[in-house]
This record gives sequence, structure tokens and C-alpha cells, in this order.
Amino acid sequence: MLAKRIIPCLDVRDGQVVKGTKFQDLQILGSPVELARFYNEQSADELVFYDITASFENRGIFLDVVETVAQEIFIPFTVGGGVNTLEDFTKLLKRGADKVSVNSGAVKHPFLIQEAAKKFGSQCVVLSIDAKRVDTRQDYPAEVDGSLEAGKVDTCKVDANAAGADPAWRVFTKGGRNDTGMDAILWAKKGVALGAGEIVINSIDQDGVKKGYDIPLLQALQREVSVPVIASGGAGSVEDIIEGFDIGGADGCLAASIFHHKEILIPELKKALMDKGIPVRR
Amino acid sequence: MIAIIDYDVGNIKSVCNALDKIGLSWVLTRDPETIKSAKGIILPGVGAFEDAMQSLIDHHLVTLLQQEIKTGKPFLGICLGMQLLYERSFENGEFKGLGVLKGDVVPFQTELKVPHMGWNALRINEDFRDHPIVKNTKNDDYVYFVHSYYVDGLEEETIAYCTYDRPFSALAGRDNLLGMQFHPEKSGDIGLRLLQSFKEMIS
Repeated sequence: MLAKRIIPCLDVRDGQVVKGTKFQDLQILGSPVELARFYNEQSADELVFYDITASFENRGIFLDVVETVAQEIFIPFTVGGGVNTLEDFTKLLKRGADKVSVNSGAVKHPFLIQEAAKKFGSQCVVLSIDAKRVDTRQDYPAEVDGSLEAGKVDTCKVDANAAGADPAWRVFTKGGRNDTGMDAILWAKKGVALGAGEIVINSIDQDGVKKGYDIPLLQALQREVSVPVIASGGAGSVEDIIEGFDIGGADGCLAASIFHHKEILIPELKKALMDKGIPVRR
Repeated sequence: MIAIIDYDVGNIKSVCNALDKIGLSWVLTRDPETIKSAKGIILPGVGAFEDAMQSLIDHHLVTLLQQEIKTGKPFLGICLGMQLLYERSFENGEFKGLGVLKGDVVPFQTELKVPHMGWNALRINEDFRDHPIVKNTKNDDYVYFVHSYYVDGLEEETIAYCTYDRPFSALAGRDNLLGMQFHPEKSGDIGLRLLQSFKEMIS
């Protein structure tokens, strides 16, 4: 039986794994390779590395990190952060990443998803979405396609009128500061249509609150998209992760601080999941 | 030294890294003489069957690989590289493969998500319990899959199964010829052990 995936997420800045809230009080947690090795031994099913390096000059360091991890760790790993072009995809995959995650880069240029899927296959294109719950749909802007290349607009246009039942979620970028006006579920569907092989859905409302994943958001996505959905943002306990799988229907659950601070040890988490009848890799 | 066949399909960096890890020296090549003198061959592959087969044809590798397999040299096809070993594929049409194993490559038709992506368990065909490739592998060992098509092959050429909506051939072979539908290079220690066993088949 296909196992549900447990995915630690590591933020990398200037070659170090860091943890901080809203880019303040960044705390260095260790080297990416050491942590990757630790999580591999802990039976993590996959790893995600996000490059949060601030300066453009230091972005090469992240590529070195990717290469070193790929030489040491033989489980799938996804990389993301600042991926805006096909060239970014090429560089990361060449260094040994298995999947590349796009977020605001795809909001700006949806065709990046299509080009990358065509060139490298859907299996390595992950669409990461930062979603925030909104009360109503009435204030959707009519146009959400301003930055698209002329002639390609229709293919990527998010049709606000085609919306389904409440509640609704909106796509945000820039760390949750910028409301794109796009419906998150529709954007996910569009992303899959363009070739994304997996969706990572990060709930801005739940992120850092440790009160559990946004279950209705996960359920809505599960109903609407055919590719694996990875829950992100909000896990604070073993019960939250059980709920993400059992009720939210997630294919994978991603978390950062609870793993980094060893509040939850993955072997114990997996035992709890197994006891609940949720299939996991042993 | 083994040859990894270089025919412009997908990212093979992980395969190379994993071979480095287990200390099996390799060369990425499509040169006939190099391939012939190699002690083993790995045929990697990610992407579409038609493109990959066309690329083998364009690089004049089809007959060469068929002949090399006949010599009894250890040969491992990974993922699409496994599928190419079969007679036909029905991925977006109907295409001929290398035809060195019997069977077809067919799409998953299921309510479950496709591609079949993630970790799933192996179940070893008891007739192959003594095969050298699985000597360090046991039932319910998990390996990593990413594929939308699967091999509908012969029982007597199936070394280990995996079950998604149905059981399918995850590890196939005959004599020194092997195919792995999963990615051993991404399957953690279990995957490295399988590659190690392949290494030990190479004298």
C-alpha cells in the first residue's frame, strides 16, 4: 500500500539551516547535510529545502548545498525558494534535486510550470501555494493576469466566476503580504492542468500557530485535484498530523519546527500513525 | 567499471551519486566499444517511452543493447529503463520496446491517484527467493516509485511485486537481466542494498 509521507522542511540561508519567525531572530540549527542525514536516519520519507537567502550573490551557496545533500542522502528531496525561470529548474536538477517547487515565480509566469513539466516531467514540478482564508468571494478583481505574456493570458486565467462552495481561500505571495486575488483551489487546478505533479498547500492562517492544518482547505483540494497534496502550516502535535492524513486526506504532511525542536520524533510519529491504521513506510 | 547508457533522457545525477556511494565505478557513455568492454550496464530513464525508444534508435543503441544482454552481462534497467526492456508500450500510442522481456507496458486505470508516486512495499516472488539481487531484501521493504504506466509481465520473469490498485511487476528479470520500476537510487538504505547486490553480480 502506498505510504503516507512525513516531510521535514528546512529553511536554508547562506548555507545554514535556520529557523525564525517572519525573518526575525533567525536561529542557526545546523548544516543542511547533517540535518538531512539525521532525518534520513529518523525515517523521514522526503525532505524539502527552501532557499531563503536574502542576497542574490549568495544564491550559489544553495546550489552547493543541493549538490552535497544529493551525494549523501538517497531519499527524494524537493528544493524551492526564488525559482523564477526554467534556468533555475535546470540548475537545481543538475545539482541533484529530485523535484523543484515553484511559488510566486509561477504566479508571475504560469507557463513556467508548463515549460518545466515539458522539459523535465511533471514528477519534478511541485506547485507550492500560500493560501489564506477569506470570507467572501465578492471582491475578486476582474483581472488577475496582468503579468502574463500577451496571447497566453486565457490559458492561465483564474476564473473567479467558476468558484464552488464556501469557504474560499486566496493565493498570497511575498510571505503572505501580497494578495494576488487568485482563488487558491482554482490556482491549484490550473497548476495541475499546466503540468504540476504535486501541490504543497501552506495555510497562512495556521502557519506557526501549531493548532493543526487547515482541514477544510485540504479537503477542498483533495476533491478538486488529481495529484498528491502535501499539507503544510500548522502542525503542532501528533494528533494534528493524524488529522491531516485521516480527515484532510493529505498524501504527505510537511512540518518544520516540531521536527527541528524534536517535539515530535518521526519514528514515534510513524508508530502512532500505524496504530491508527494509516499506512507508513517502516 | 560499468556503463550507464547516455541517451539524453532525464536526470541521472542521483543514479551516479548512488553508485559512487556504494563504490561501483561507472562511465556515462553511448560509445559502442566502451559499452562492450563494460562489466555491467545500467539503462536509466525518465520521461516518455516513445521519446526514449526513439533516442535509443537515433544513437544506434538498440541492437547493441540486445546483443550485450545476450552475452549474460549484468544489465539493469531503472524506471523507464525497465519498461524499455519489454515488447510493447501503450503510452500515448503503441510502440515497440527492446523486447528482451515478455510483456507490455500499460497505463494504470484506477480511481487512485496517477502517477503512482511515493513509497510502496515490495513482495518477493517465492520462486526468486534465492536470486542474488534480493539476497539482502525482504518482504515489505519500502522503495520509491514515480510512474503512470506499469509492466504487465510474466509471473516467471517477476522477481518482486508491488501492489497499487493491482499487483504489478516492481522488480523483474531473467538470468543477468534486471529491471526495477522503482528508483533504487532514491529508496534510502534499501535501495542502496539493492544496488550493492547488483554490484556483487558483476564479477
